[in-house]
Amino acid sequence: MQVSELKPEQHFITDEPYYVATGSEIAVFEAAYRNRLPLLLKGPTGCGKTRFMEYMAWRLKRPLITVSCHDDLTASDLVGRYLVKGGETVWVDGPLARAVHAGGICYLDEIVEARKDTMVVIHPLADDRRVLPMEKLGTLLQAGPEFCLAISYNPGYQSVLKDLKQSTRQRFVALEFDYPSAELEQRIVASEAAVDAAMAEKLVKFAQMTRNLKGNGLEEGASTRLLVHAGKLIAAGIAPVTACAGAIAQALTDDPEMLAAINELSASLF
Amino acid sequence: MPTSEQIAAQLDDTLEAEFTFIRSEELVPLLSPLSEEEQLFVLDWTRRIASTNVEIAHQFARRAPQALAALEPRVLEAWALHAMDVYDRGGLRPALEVIRDVDSFMRLAHERTAGALFDEVSGVLLPFVRGLSGRRLLLDQAGTIYTDSETLFLPSLMAQLASREDNFRLYKVAVALLWAQTRYGTFRQPLQAALAGYPDPQRALALFNALETRRLEACIARELPGLYREMGALRRQLGEAEEPAAWGEALAQLQAPTASAADALALVARLYDGPLPPPRCYQGELQPEAVAACMAARIEREKMLFRVRLAQMLEEHKAKRREPDGPTQRPGVRERADPQQPEGRSFELTLDEVPVAPPEPVKQLMTSIILDLGEIPDEYLVPAGPGEYDPSLYQEQPPDPEAVWQGTYHEIGATFYNEWDHGRQHYRKGWCVMREKDVVPVHDGFVAATLARYGGLVKHLRRSFEALRDEERLLKRQTFGDDIDIDALVEALADARDGREMSNQLFTRLHRVERNIAVAFMVDMSGSTRGWVNDAQREALLLLCEALEALGDRYAIYGFSGMTRKRCELYRVKRFDEPYGDEVKARISGIRAQDYTRMGFAIRHLSQLLQETEARTRILITLSDGKPDDYSDYRGVYGIEDTRRALIEAKRAGIHPFCITIDSAGPDYLPHMYGSVNYAVIDEVRALPYKVAEIYRRLTC
Repeated sequence: MQVSELKPEQHFITDEPYYVATGSEIAVFEAAYRNRLPLLLKGPTGCGKTRFMEYMAWRLKRPLITVSCHDDLTASDLVGRYLVKGGETVWVDGPLARAVHAGGICYLDEIVEARKDTMVVIHPLADDRRVLPMEKLGTLLQAGPEFCLAISYNPGYQSVLKDLKQSTRQRFVALEFDYPSAELEQRIVASEAAVDAAMAEKLVKFAQMTRNLKGNGLEEGASTRLLVHAGKLIAAGIAPVTACAGAIAQALTDDPEMLAAINELSASLF
Repeated sequence: MPTSEQIAAQLDDTLEAEFTFIRSEELVPLLSPLSEEEQLFVLDWTRRIASTNVEIAHQFARRAPQALAALEPRVLEAWALHAMDVYDRGGLRPALEVIRDVDSFMRLAHERTAGALFDEVSGVLLPFVRGLSGRRLLLDQAGTIYTDSETLFLPSLMAQLASREDNFRLYKVAVALLWAQTRYGTFRQPLQAALAGYPDPQRALALFNALETRRLEACIARELPGLYREMGALRRQLGEAEEPAAWGEALAQLQAPTASAADALALVARLYDGPLPPPRCYQGELQPEAVAACMAARIEREKMLFRVRLAQMLEEHKAKRREPDGPTQRPGVRERADPQQPEGRSFELTLDEVPVAPPEPVKQLMTSIILDLGEIPDEYLVPAGPGEYDPSLYQEQPPDPEAVWQGTYHEIGATFYNEWDHGRQHYRKGWCVMREKDVVPVHDGFVAATLARYGGLVKHLRRSFEALRDEERLLKRQTFGDDIDIDALVEALADARDGREMSNQLFTRLHRVERNIAVAFMVDMSGSTRGWVNDAQREALLLLCEALEALGDRYAIYGFSGMTRKRCELYRVKRFDEPYGDEVKARISGIRAQDYTRMGFAIRHLSQLLQETEARTRILITLSDGKPDDYSDYRGVYGIEDTRRALIEAKRAGIHPFCITIDSAGPDYLPHMYGSVNYAVIDEVRALPYKVAEIYRRLTC
């Protein structure tokens, strides 16, 4: 078994990721990047935000450093911390500092999940100063022109307690993502999962049915990502109803009645 | 095995033979041949029904032995419960009709039928039908299968087929066919007028229904092939007849993708004199009057609502534009070819010819309008003027709770809650008629006097509650963390010099303790609190509020009281989203003793309010002075069991209930209701103000 191990700043994307633009997001991202403006990606889960970031990293030929934020993520997790090695203290850079050093793209996924103090650390980096204060070292890290900061958040399901603060959101150029139109989604599913057009059409129709249930017992409808998962299973020879049950229905809910209803929907469709 | 005498004695007792004309001797021969298990089943249910009504129990006992031979016990239970629900809602006569109806049940049922029950399947079928697209439909029970174009009505039991799965399938297909009627334009035809001209309008309607069913089947075959296969399987299973020979051409016409309900209507004239095939097993009735009434009201309402929403949208767009004072944008609707839609086209909203994405409620509104009319007519695109904003024109008005007893029907404007009937061992559906009312604020000297009297205590409470607030604590000697714990490091290095093992706990970590609590206080306002108990309660609440303000927990205060199930009242003192201020203080001052203590509804309603509040921990605290008790029926075991049931429901929903009582007999019944540790008895009323806040602090720290 071969496992490749990379330092985050070496994570260059060499093969073009499959991404179909739904609007002018590529042009906007490039313009923002050239003008050293940070970006905010909004949109529901699984609609292609992360894929878009990979695509842009490939296009701009910069390393992509992704941090998935969680509610215990602190400022030192991003900036860096002292570790003890053999009786000595050693400073180790966090992913954000590494990205600044390497002139990479730092992508903070689901930023609102992080603790409030984390947000403040990125503020000086996100305006025209473009510096990262390394408080514990007593230094300032000045970002070069290649560095880019991008954050994402899903306005749909987070609680009111976890909204993005105005002082944060007003520093970013926002790009809104949504599920692609039906025709485009069909193309994506057909290409990513290698299923025929008729099957892709049915999968997209099924996704629409689950999206109709949003707010009616489901928090979110099926994302494009889930459709691709189901499509891959179908392409591998699994019956469509079974594939949808495993890859989509079970991923959406644990409620037995809702599961039964979603499975009835897929059984009706295929 | 019970002997005949024992059965007779038990029936005599259950059916109150001494006071009624029921003769249990007639029942005993019916029950004797049954197995012991079956006898106990019938006797148990007879007893449970008798706690509601003796005559229904009697009729049940007469029919149950025979019914048991044909139906599963599960179905029989559903039948008995349905009869009791009907009794609760409509009285004895309709309930006895349900009981007698078992005969028709059995005629239709196969041997040992495993039917599917509405209550069991509706939880699956509702999301199923809502997933299918179109208008958001509702499901309800009725005698026959039909729709008024907003609600799909289904029978409470389906038992045509032998297995439960097949009967569920029958339900599902019936639902899908009703959905298809709303989705594929069955009701866009003026049915009443068109069919009135025939010599026998009922026959014409049945014929139209049959033809329309064939058309909708073809629509389903195209859209939902999996479902269509199931429809075919069901028809074969029930051995349905071939199509009439004369229908060949008509069927081909109806199955074309372009066929509409108008074609089916036109075919009625051609085929009126021919044969009429029996209805499909899953086919419902058409009730054009119900649809017409429902549609007329909806079209009116949605037109107004759409125009109001349009005006709001224009307003929002105007505010966003560069020149807010420019000319108002012109709304329009553009038709677009869309092979996904039944008629091959879809509509999008435009402003000055530029398509806009309307918000979700507007989208749903457009869908519903297009389903009714096939388009968005031009007069809908006139934004509502300022004078038309009166919401009563397009919304259902919440009736004034005070107008209860003046109204023609005293249940208007209320929320209904189930109540647990201990004798029946089942819920009484929608039994309690609950209303929320505001406590009339009283601006007197009470607040100032209390705060002056307990000034020292308030200060103390505030201090001790502030100590509980969210705070960041620096945890030392952690295995990982944000910074190095220098003390630990020095020690570890010294240890290492000594040749001892070095600790790995060398870090400090900032730990944030987050309090995330919502608490609802439920205050007993029954007549027995009149006087000093009431005073102590109000003082306790005021001190509690002062303390909670220091803490920052979200809290609500409601008083409860009632007089019979028709007048269950909750008095708002403070809602969750309301700030603590003079108004709330005056309402606390205005809390007055009212009537009785019916508790179940209050627990159920407050549980629901708590559920809607965002918090990690949810607590429901009852301040009470005695057992649940209400005029007539809520005495003793019944009241305690209902309260207990409501508390169990709350616990299942993740709420922690707790009771603070001044009833010294509390330990006799509170452990049964709240659990052995979830209550506190305060033996002296005067101590209430001191104790309540303290108990809350202990409970949540």
